[in-house]
Formats: sequence, structure tokens, C-alpha cells
Amino acid sequence: MTLIGLFAQLLAIVLALALAPLLTGWINQWRAWLQNRRAPSLLQPYHVLHKLFNKESVVAETASPLFRVAPYVMFGCMALACGIAPTLSTDLPLAPAADAIALVGLFALARMFISLAAMDIGTAFGTLGARREMLVGFLAEPALLMVLFSASLITQSTSLAKIVETLAHQPFAIYPSLAVAGVAFTMVSLAENARVPVDNPATHLELTMIHEALILEYSGRHLALVEWAASLKLFAYSCIGLALFVPWGIAEADTPLAILFAIPALVAKLAVGGVALALIETINAKMRLFRVPEFLATAFLLAVIALLVHVLLGA
Amino acid sequence: MLLLDWILIVIAGWLALGLAGIAALRKTAFVARTLFPAGAALGLALAGFALAALFDTPQTAVLALGLPDLPFHLRLDGLSAFFLLVIGATGVGISIFAAGYFRQGEGTPPGLLCLEYHIFLASMAMVVLADDAYAFMVMWETMALSSFFLVTANHRVPAIRAAGFLYLLVAHVGAIAILLCFGVLQANTGDYTFVNMRAQSLPPLWASVAFLLATLGFGAKAGILPLHVWLPEAHPAAPSPVSALMSGVMLKTAIYGLLRVGFDLLGAQQWWWGVLLLALGLATALYGVVLSAVQTDMKRLLAYSSIENIGLLFVGLGLGVLFNAYGMTALSALALTAALYHVIGHAFFKSLLFLATGSVLHATGERSLGKLGGLMRRMPWVAWLALVGVFASSGLPPFSGFVSEWLLLQSFLFTTGLPDSFLNMLVPVLAAGIALVAALAGYTMVKFFGVIFLGQPREPKLAEAHAASPLERAGLVWLGAGCVLLGLFPVPVIGVIDRVTQLLVGGGIGATVRANGWLLLSPSSIDRASYSPLVFLVVVSLAVLLATALVHKLYHGRVRRAPPWDCGYPAQTARMQDTAEGFGQPIRQIFEPMFRMRRELPSPFEAKPVYRVTIEDHFWHWLYLPLARLTERIARGVGRLQRGRIAIYLLYSFVTLIVLLLVAKS
Repeated sequence: MTLIGLFAQLLAIVLALALAPLLTGWINQWRAWLQNRRAPSLLQPYHVLHKLFNKESVVAETASPLFRVAPYVMFGCMALACGIAPTLSTDLPLAPAADAIALVGLFALARMFISLAAMDIGTAFGTLGARREMLVGFLAEPALLMVLFSASLITQSTSLAKIVETLAHQPFAIYPSLAVAGVAFTMVSLAENARVPVDNPATHLELTMIHEALILEYSGRHLALVEWAASLKLFAYSCIGLALFVPWGIAEADTPLAILFAIPALVAKLAVGGVALALIETINAKMRLFRVPEFLATAFLLAVIALLVHVLLGA
Repeated sequence: MLLLDWILIVIAGWLALGLAGIAALRKTAFVARTLFPAGAALGLALAGFALAALFDTPQTAVLALGLPDLPFHLRLDGLSAFFLLVIGATGVGISIFAAGYFRQGEGTPPGLLCLEYHIFLASMAMVVLADDAYAFMVMWETMALSSFFLVTANHRVPAIRAAGFLYLLVAHVGAIAILLCFGVLQANTGDYTFVNMRAQSLPPLWASVAFLLATLGFGAKAGILPLHVWLPEAHPAAPSPVSALMSGVMLKTAIYGLLRVGFDLLGAQQWWWGVLLLALGLATALYGVVLSAVQTDMKRLLAYSSIENIGLLFVGLGLGVLFNAYGMTALSALALTAALYHVIGHAFFKSLLFLATGSVLHATGERSLGKLGGLMRRMPWVAWLALVGVFASSGLPPFSGFVSEWLLLQSFLFTTGLPDSFLNMLVPVLAAGIALVAALAGYTMVKFFGVIFLGQPREPKLAEAHAASPLERAGLVWLGAGCVLLGLFPVPVIGVIDRVTQLLVGGGIGATVRANGWLLLSPSSIDRASYSPLVFLVVVSLAVLLATALVHKLYHGRVRRAPPWDCGYPAQTARMQDTAEGFGQPIRQIFEPMFRMRRELPSPFEAKPVYRVTIEDHFWHWLYLPLARLTERIARGVGRLQRGRIAIYLLYSFVTLIVLLLVAKS
């Protein structure tokens, strides 16, 4: 562990915390433009967070401490996820603490906490949301793991930093397995981040919502933390996707200059990725809930096929 | 004195406690407050001696018990010491809990229950110490019988008697297979000591026969498909400490047996044994977890979850055999480490969860998930400790279940190096099945915890649910602490497991892991894979604390309590929450072919609509009921011979005599 590594680590987390709402704002802006609407300001998510933090938290009378702890735990999990995803550099002191499998476990931990919190109040929508969230989770989680496995088999490592280093170093080559895995990863990311076609982040229509049903009872600072954590999750997923499939631009040299140069590269990649996400959300319609398992099973199968392609072709 | 002698003293102590229970047959207070805590203390001593024995050389002893000329041979080596450690350490928590739990004696006089319980503990310890087939079988049967009596403690309920009978039946089918397996292993020498069996080298065919018999016999005890049917019947029937002991500890003796026969007694292994275990394990794990997700009885849910975990253990063993058969010692040790880690991890978290259901059962008198809810506010200790068990059971970092899952997945990543081109393609893909099982386990556990402890009470009487007694809490705390510590400090635990894998395959990952430092768990090299639960926990907690402090400092900490919002619907009742059936609905829909489902839907015009759905195990209809019918038909055929008249029986004897004479003459 070097001093620069420590610096890069702190910078990565702070940058994630600061930029995550901006990414959400950017996607919302593009979505509005693509749908011929007037777009909210790019900084709208920050205004929303500030407003929510200032409001008092209304907690249901029947809530147990679990309900109040969950947003903080979710936030902490996502902060760590952003810390171990190689966003700027691959020399991260935290990276050995949690590899790709632990990352999947981290997301699962956050999901389980928030689902349990949703069941805590004992309302109809809360339990409904918890059930749906776990349904999405149990199909998305193995798919994500298999995507990461395909990358680990190519690079002979489950450490995210090592995977990215190896993939970025190699001369440009198209891995068939990674191409299939990329499709699976996109599908999983859409589902995990409650995006169209699986869920609609802009809806409060009770019968179709998943993520919004989970957090229906939250208000004030708790809601702010949940929203911020959701942006962080999207940010982390985007960074992992970029690191796996477009790893160029991430600093490998241990110099502050290289790390500083990595920032514009990251912002540019995220900007393009955000537009792509907005485009996907615009040209797709939301699926009926019963179709979601099929969608995710497809993602899972694609991820398994990616793994199979790797062991068959050795690439 | 040798460690083995100390261990035998502990076991004798357990028997003495049981006899003391008989002397105080109906003195509940004495049995609960004195004998069970003493049993817990002995368990602690056993765990301590076993830990010391792991780092000692093997010791043997001959007990002058049993038949003349056929004494019991005992041997204490790394493998038996490890399982003694599991029995002792888990037994402590369960015995403390039982001290607070057995208040009315559950239909059997408390003193008798105490005797059965301690014989059960002692016989499990003796099973792993046995060093000849005779001692092993005697102890194995003692274990089965004592647990049978414990399962049927409340023998006035017909359903419990039926469950106990089923358990006894499957246990004996398994015991016969094990007996035959030992028969093959002694290779016509007539010497049934394990020393002799180790010395024999069987031809491949007979080795395979022995291995298959062992898989069948120990699989029946462990609950491997399709011999799993007794678990979901016997576990709910038994009192909770007994379920905990059976699920957490007794199932592990079957794993011990398989390891002892497969790795120690049979010398060389064949690769397809590994594939068989792998396939059986994966099928069992998937089947167990899917059925677990649709259960509506909390103990049945846990029983199916145990089946799932046994499946995962078999997968670990299968990988171990596979690697070992190809001479890849280090990787075999990695897979076995994953399995053995799961043995001790599962012993702790499953006992914890079963005991928690015991507390709930005592407090509410309900086992059905549909009639529970909101107990977190009435019994916070049980709820928070159960939450630890739930996280460990779902394989979430930084708890114990994740470490074994992580190690198992790591060993799957190495399977591409297998020298067989067919296997190195197919086996890595099986990791997808493991990932699916782990994710489904999370679903099941959210259902388990959410429906019992969260939400609003579904029945008015739950408002009077009383908190668990201090002794019950102490037992739960012990097991919960085990789940946390096993999750946070994998490196020293692997150092212990290393002794076992050294013995089994002659290699281990302990040295590599130690070389990478106590903080980071890394089975090969840090570049390849590493995980540090402690750093993980510290960073997440730091982020949580920092966020809490900053939010409260920069903004405010005001909280207002109000009725739930729920999109503004005014009428809110507890019956509007998701039920256990509702929570399992997506799984029922997706995995419909995996079980037999009967649904009764109400018509729209009924005044009092009733909806009912029952889920049944396919294997009842595929295997057990046809088998039962066949047995009945044969019995009826044989019954035709029995006419109940002396003259006809005399005729049978006469005809037999004539036939024998004719045979003898020719």
C-alpha cells in the first residue's frame, strides 16, 4: 500500500459520492430530452437530497430499529462497493479486502437489509416490494456472478483490480465470452438498478413498482440516504461495467498525474454510458411483472453461455 | 493422561448426567437448572480437548466393552477431533438453551428426556471416535435410537409418531448400506478394524461398490436426494433443541462417515465418484432450497434448508474427490476446506435458527408462518440473534456462511485445470447452480425472518408473546457469536481445518493462507483472490457511522412517529400483509415442475372464500408410495399362506420335509 494508493482510494470514494447524483441527473436529463420533455436541471438530484435531508423523518409507529438502520447500512455497502470497483486506478488498498464474489455478496447484503426493512412496517406494499425485490435479486445475483466469473477465468483472478489490469494490458482482442457476458451484464444492471424495462424509477403506480414499493415508508433523511445509495449503486454498476468491458483509461501507473488523467476518461465514459441507458429506457416499454423472471433467466443463461463459451473456446 | 482419556471422561460424564436425570425423573427444575448446564460445561471441555487433539498425534485405545473377544477400538485423529470440536462447541449452545427450554418436559418426563439427550450427545461423540466397524455400528445405531426417542418425545400426537417411524425406517435402510459397505471394505479378511480396512487395497470394482454403499448409507442420514424425506417430517416433530442437535450436528456425522470411508479407508479414488457426489449434491441443494422457499411451517422451512446445505457439502466433497483423483492435492484440500468450513458454519447457524424457532414456538404456541409476525418487538433478543443466523445462512459477508461459499466458488474456478477435457468444460459451469442456490437461500431467509419477526402480528394472541428466558438467550448468544467469529476470522479456522485436510489428502492450504497474513484470506495468491471480512466490516461500519454522524451534525436528528403511510390507504390490517404463501408465490410459479401442487381456488360468488394451496414432495409419489404399495402387495401375497389353521401349517412342514428329503437324496 502506497500513499498514492491511499490517496487514489479516498479520491475514488469521494468522487463516487459526489458524482453519483450527477450521473442520475444526467440520465434523467437525457431521458427527458429523448422523450420530448423539458428536462430538469442537471443538479436536480442534489436539490432533492438537500431538501430531503432538511425535512424531518416520519417513521411509522410500528417500525423497529431495523427500519431506521437499513438506509445507513445500504449507504455504507454502496460506499464500499464504489471503493472496490476500479474507477480511477487499479492500485486500491481496499481491493484485496473484497473481490468480485464479495462484491456480489455486498450487493446482496444491501438488498437483504432494505427488503427486511420494507417488511418491518407490515404494510401491503412493503411486503409486496420486498418479495419482488428478492425475486429480481435471486435471478440477477447468480447472473452477475457468472459474468464476473467469465472475466475471472480469462484473467485467472477474482480480484476486480487484477481483472481490469489484465484486460487493459492485453492487446486489443474481442473475447467472444466477454461479448456475451456484456449483454448479460447490461440486462442485470437494468434489473438491479430498477430501470425500464424491469422497473420504472419514475413511477408510483402501486401495482407495477418494485424499488419504489420497498422505500414507500421512508421519508426525510432516511429517504435521502436510500436515494443516494441507489445512485451510488448505479454508479458502481456503471463503473464495473466500464472497467470490465472498456477498461482503457484507468490509471495503472502510480503517479498522481495518471490518476488525475483518469478522471476525465471516467467522466467521458460515464457520460456516454448514461446516454445509452437513457436511450434503452426510452425505446423499451416496461414489462409486465410476470415477464421479469423470463428476462432475468435469459440474462442468467446468457451469462452461463458466456462461461461455457470461454471454457469451450478458451477465449 | 492422554487427551483421548479426557475425552472419554467427558463422554462418561454425559452418560452420568443422563442417569442422574433418571434418578430425578420428574424434578423439572433440577434437571433443567443443574443437569443441562452441566452438560453444556462438559461440551465446552470436549471442544477444548478436541482442539488440543487436532494439533497432537493420533491416539488409540481399546475399550473392554462389547462382546467377548470383540472389544471397541477407539482412535482420535485429526478428522475425529475436528468433528468432536463441532459436536462440543455446538452442543454448548444447545445445552444452555435446552436448560431454559424444557419446562414442561414436552410429553416425556424431563429426567427421561435428559437421559436420551445426553446419550444422543455421547453416541455422536463415540461414532467419530470408533475405530472398528463393530463399535461404529453400535454407536451409529445408539445415535439413531436415542434421536428417535427424542423426536417422538411428544408421542401422544399421531403425526409425531408417524414422523418418528419414517425417520427410523430411513435410518435403518442407511445403516444396512453402511454395514454392507464395511463388509466389502474388510475384503474377506474377517477383521473389521479400520486399521485392517486401511491396509487392504480393493480392486476398482469393489472399491466402487463400497463407495456407492457408503454414499447410500451416509446419504440417507444426511438427507441426500431421494432419501431426504425424513428430514422435513422429523425436524418439525422434535422439540427444538433436538431439531437443532439433529440438523446442526447429527447430519455432520454422516459427512464424517463419508470422509472416513471415502478418503481414509478406501485408498485410491476414482474420478467419477467425485462427479457422482457433485451431481447428487447440486440436485439436492437446488431441490432443498426451492422446496424450502415454498414452505409455510417454519421448522419445515429450516429442514429443507438443511437439505440444501447438505447438498452444498456434498458438492464440496465431490470437488475434493475429483481433484484428489487427478492428484491435484492442493486444490482438493481447498475444496475440502470449503466443505469442512461449511460443516462448522452450518452447525452454528442452523442450530441458532432452530433454537430461535423454539423460542418463538414457546412464546406463541405457533409453528405456522401464517399465524406469526411482528415478534421483533416482543422478543428482540431472539430476533436480532436470529438475524445473525439468517445472514450467515444466506451466505452474506461478513458472516460465516460467506466464507465457505467463497472458498467453494474459488475451487470451482480452478476446475478448468482438470486434465480431462470433458470435465474441465462442464464442471465450471456447475458453479452457476451453486450461485443460484445461494441466491435462493437469501430469498428463503428473507421470507423466514420477515414473516416471523417483522411486520404486524397476524394473530391477536401474539401481543402476549413473552420474551425468551435468560438461559435461552445465553444459548442463542453463544451460537450467534460463533456465526460472527467464524465469519470474521477465517484464517485461524482454516489453520485448524488444515490439520484435517493434511490427514485426508496429504495437503492443505493452511500454510499459504498463513503466509498471506491473518487479515487477508487468500487460498493461493493475493493476485488471484483475496477476501478480508474484518476490513469489509470495518469499512462498512465506518461508512455507516460517518454517515450517521454527518447527517445528524449537518442537518438534524428529528424523528416523528406516525401511522404507516402505505400510499394513504386508510384501512390497514395485519391481514393485508404478504403471507408465507404469498411470499413463496413467485417461486411456486417459476419452479412449478419441481413439486406437486394442489390449489383450491374460491369461486367469485362464495360468501366466505377459501384459498388453499398444498405443496407435496414429488418423491413421495415417484418413489415412496409405489414402494409402499409394492410392499403391501407382496405382504398380502405372503399373507395368503397364513390360514390360521394348525392343519395347514402342519401340511407346509410336511411338504417342506418331503422336498428337502428329495433334494438331499438327489
